[in-house]
This record gives sequence, C-alpha cells and structure tokens, in this order.
Amino acid sequence: MHEVSRIIARRKLEDRVFNLVGIACTLVGITTLGALLFNLAYDGLARIDWDFLTSYPSRHASRAGILAAWVGSLAIMCVTAATAVPLGIAAGLYLEEYGKKNWITTIIEINISNLAGVPSIIYGLMALGLFVYMLGLGQSLLAGGLTLAVLVLPIVIVATREALRTIPVHIREAAYALGATKWQVIRHHLLPYSVGGIATGVIIALSRAIGETAPLITIGALMFIALLPGSPVTDSFPFVSFEWLDSRFTVLPIQMFNWTSRPTEDFHVNAAAAGLVLMAMTLGLNAVAIFVRYRARRKIKW
Amino acid sequence: MKTATNTRLIQARALSLGRPPLEGRPKPRPGESEPVGMTHAPANVPLVAPPYKAEVKSLNFFYGDFQALKNVNLLFAERQVTALIGPSGCGKSTLLRCFNRIHDLYPGTRYEGEIILHPSGANIVSKAIDPLEMRMRIGMVFQKPNPFPKSIFENIAYGLRLKGVRNRSELHGRVETALKSAAIFDEVKDRLHKSAYELSGGQQQRLCIARALATDPEILLFDEPTSALDPVATSHIEDLIRSLEEKVTIIIVTHNMSQAARVSAYTAFMYVGEIVEIGSTVHIFENPRNKLTEEYITGRFG
Repeated sequence: MHEVSRIIARRKLEDRVFNLVGIACTLVGITTLGALLFNLAYDGLARIDWDFLTSYPSRHASRAGILAAWVGSLAIMCVTAATAVPLGIAAGLYLEEYGKKNWITTIIEINISNLAGVPSIIYGLMALGLFVYMLGLGQSLLAGGLTLAVLVLPIVIVATREALRTIPVHIREAAYALGATKWQVIRHHLLPYSVGGIATGVIIALSRAIGETAPLITIGALMFIALLPGSPVTDSFPFVSFEWLDSRFTVLPIQMFNWTSRPTEDFHVNAAAAGLVLMAMTLGLNAVAIFVRYRARRKIKW
Repeated sequence: MKTATNTRLIQARALSLGRPPLEGRPKPRPGESEPVGMTHAPANVPLVAPPYKAEVKSLNFFYGDFQALKNVNLLFAERQVTALIGPSGCGKSTLLRCFNRIHDLYPGTRYEGEIILHPSGANIVSKAIDPLEMRMRIGMVFQKPNPFPKSIFENIAYGLRLKGVRNRSELHGRVETALKSAAIFDEVKDRLHKSAYELSGGQQQRLCIARALATDPEILLFDEPTSALDPVATSHIEDLIRSLEEKVTIIIVTHNMSQAARVSAYTAFMYVGEIVEIGSTVHIFENPRNKLTEEYITGRFG
C-alpha cells in the first residue's frame, strides 16, 4: 500500500514538472511576440497618422509616407488571391477526389510538400526568368502577384486537401448513395463543408505572402516609387481597366527594408511605423482566419 | 458449462419469438418452393416464397485479390424484410453494398455474377448498368446516422433534386410524405429549416431513412442501422422498418440476432463470404438445418 502511494506521488510530481516546463515554453513564444509588438509600437506608433498613410516616400523622413507601399501590397494580394485560390483549390480537389493513386500522383504529392519548403528567393529567381523575361510581363504588379501566387500555392493545396479529408467517408457515401455524380458531391457537399478549412488556408497563405520581400526584390520591385498604379475603374467604357497590372510597384516590407537601411534615426522610426501597419494587416488576416474557422466549426460537427 | 450453453440457447429461442405475428405474411411453406440457386441448404429447407424482388446468382466479389463473396446465391422476396446475419467479416455488409454499387467508389473492387432486379430484369452489377441509376433506384441507410450538415428539408429534398424534381410544391409534398413514412414528421414539422444536426441520434437515423425513402426506392438497404443508437431509438427504428415492409423491399444487415428475429421475415446466415443458410426467420432461429447456423445463433461463436 505504502509502495503504491509513493509511486503515485512520483507520477504526480512528474506531472507538475511537465506542466511547468510547458508553461515556460509557451511563455517564451508569447513574450517574444509581445516584446516585438511593444518595441514596434513604442518606436512607431506616434508616427502613424493620416499623412503617413497618404503620402509618397520622400527624402525627408518627416514627410515620407507609405501610400505607394500599402496600395502596392493590397494590389499584389488581389493578384495573388485571384490566381492562387482557384488554382490551389482545383489542384487540391483533383488530388484528393479525382486522382487515382499511382506513381504520377504520388510524385506530384511529394513535390507539392517539397514546394512548400522551397526558400522564397528561389521562387523569385524562377519568376524573374519565367514571368519577367520569358512571358514578358516585365517588373510589373502582375509579375509580382503571380510570383507570390506560385509561392503560396502549395499552402492552399495542402489546406484544401486537409479540409476535404476531414469530411467523413459516411457523408460522401450518403451523397453517392442517392445517385450523385462526383462533381455533384464536390459542388453540393465537399466544397460547402470544407469552406472553413479552405478559407483558413487561403488567409494563412495570404498573410504569408503579404510579408514576403525577397522574391519581389528579385523580380525588380522598386525601392522608391512616387505614383500609384492606374485605377481599376475608369469613367469611360468599358469602365474597368487592367492597366494597373502593368505598373511598377513596391510593397510594405520593401518600403520598410528601404528605410531601415538609411543611416538616420528618423527613417528607422518610419520603418517601425510601417512595420506596425504590416503587422496590423497580417494579424487582421489571421483574425479573419480564426473567425472563419470558428464559424465553420460551429455549424458543422461530425 | 453445459448448463450455460443451454441457458443461452433458451435465451436465443426466446428472443427469436420477439417478432410477433407472422399471420398475414405469405409464409413460405416447407417443401413447396424450389431450392433455386441454393448452394448449401438441403432441398427440403423452407426457402423464399415468390414474388421476388431481387435474385443474386453466383455472385463473387473481390477487394483486389481478396475474395469477399464466394458464389453467393440468394432470393429476396418482394416487400418483405430479409436480414443478413453472420460474424464480423463474413461479407454481409459487402453483399449489401453490392446492391447500390457503392463499392464502385473504391479502386480495386470487382464483381462477378449477377444480381437481377425484378421486374425489369436488369443486372445490377453488370458493367453495362450505370451505378448512378442503381443508386437512384435503391436506397441505403448507413450504420451511423449520416445526415448532411444542411437543413432537415434539404436533407430529404436532396435525392429528389438529384432526380430532377424542381417544382417547389412537389418537393414540399414529397418531403412531407417521406418524413411521415419515416415517422418523424411530427417531431420536425416546425423546424424543417433548422439544421439536421440539432436532432438526436435516433431522429437523425429516421431522417436518413426518410431521405432514402423520398425517392421511392425499389429496395431499401439497411447496414446495421441501429448499432450507434440507444435501445429506445433502436426500437423506434425497428418498428419503422416493420411498417415500411408494405411499401418497399428491405434488406437489413445486423449484428444483433434478436433484431433480425424481430424485424425480418427471412434470414440469411453468412460465414466467410458464403451463404450458409437461408430461410424464414422462424425456421432459421428455431430450427436451423446447418450446425454452423445453430452454433452462431446460440452464441457459441461470432
């Protein structure tokens, strides 16, 4: 009897020790993020005002703003989302639902997981050769958006497949048993039920893309630009214009990089402020992802 | 030891009497029907009385190299409940799933032989027959209640929509009829547009039965429909199955022998992919011809 209680006491001690180790590890991550945000805010928060958001960069730190950068980031995200989302979902659907298990699909699968791990600068080099020169897109918004789309495509594919896999076999069988074709099962069931997972993946992919710098510098994004891409809406027929796709561009992280490499302190403050805006955009996207996932989970529980 | 066995035998007999009146059913008379297609039963066993809804002839089924069904020959009486019983892995679910060709969803499955559907004479497992057509004509209820994460109404309407019913009033009428046939209409009539997931397990299973009934199937397949339900819900489902017998031919796979005794007119006992014995449920449970059947029914194995 005595023996047993000693064993139990020992196990309980182990339990408590691991509990503490776990808390410590979690705190490391959270404290780092907190310190980072605090530091950025401390340096840059005071610098963020309306003028900062609506001014072009300038030689004078106090007059410089991030208008071109955040508009560029936004425009790039539009191109990236418009290409990576349909391509990624379609590829994920194919691999999960249509593709027969054979050596070709196995190779494709392995390569997709590999692609997710390729350093982003490599994508930049590939895009420089393929989009900028071979396809003749130049150093444009379109080329930049496509570059990031290729970069995050594996994330979207993997998220789509994961989301499809969480749909239980018995739900698919229920639909098939009523006489649905594969496409009907996908359209009426699989896509609606996996939309939460897919949307989460898409947003995580975009929040990765929005912070990318290296591949865009590689394809020749500008460090300094004092004009906006053309408006997508025009006042004459056909009222839409895709000229903006052809514009030169810069994005927030590049603007930050530019400012941090200046010698004077006041530009560093600008960089911190731009960093805050970038963080706000990323965390905002993540918040949307969490919300979407929460909504989807609440509606569907297998 | 011996006493225990006897007790169990007595219990099994007692349970087999659970299905009340056999009056009013076309009782198979001993010696009258021909032993059509029977492989293992002696000639004088009471077999299945006509008219037949389906006729399984020399059916073999393979998962890859593994033969799961071996030369199965069986008759299914029209508008009667036929139970398939046998130990795990005996092939009863596999046989059931041949009827709506749901095996076709998975690679490496292969059928040999015939399942003739009367009166059309179509061979369900023939390559020339479109499995989609068979699934529209033969309904299935699964082991776990598997409603779609949609509204109660949409769950029932889905099969009708697949069959091309567009008219709103027709949809509403047929959904209501199906819900009434499945004895769940009163419980859900005020919340047809609420999620099916708000229902209890037993209600969900009756909803799934309604979903399968909505398209007026020729045969209704039940794959252990109560194995995930509590006793009260189980007895509701059993009552329902017996009441459906007037409308549709029913094949039910069950692990629960007393359930087979309660709901079925005919019972087929399967073992390692073969039909060991088929006959009226009363005969199978009270007077099995085959020693294996008797051992299984008295609980000595399985």
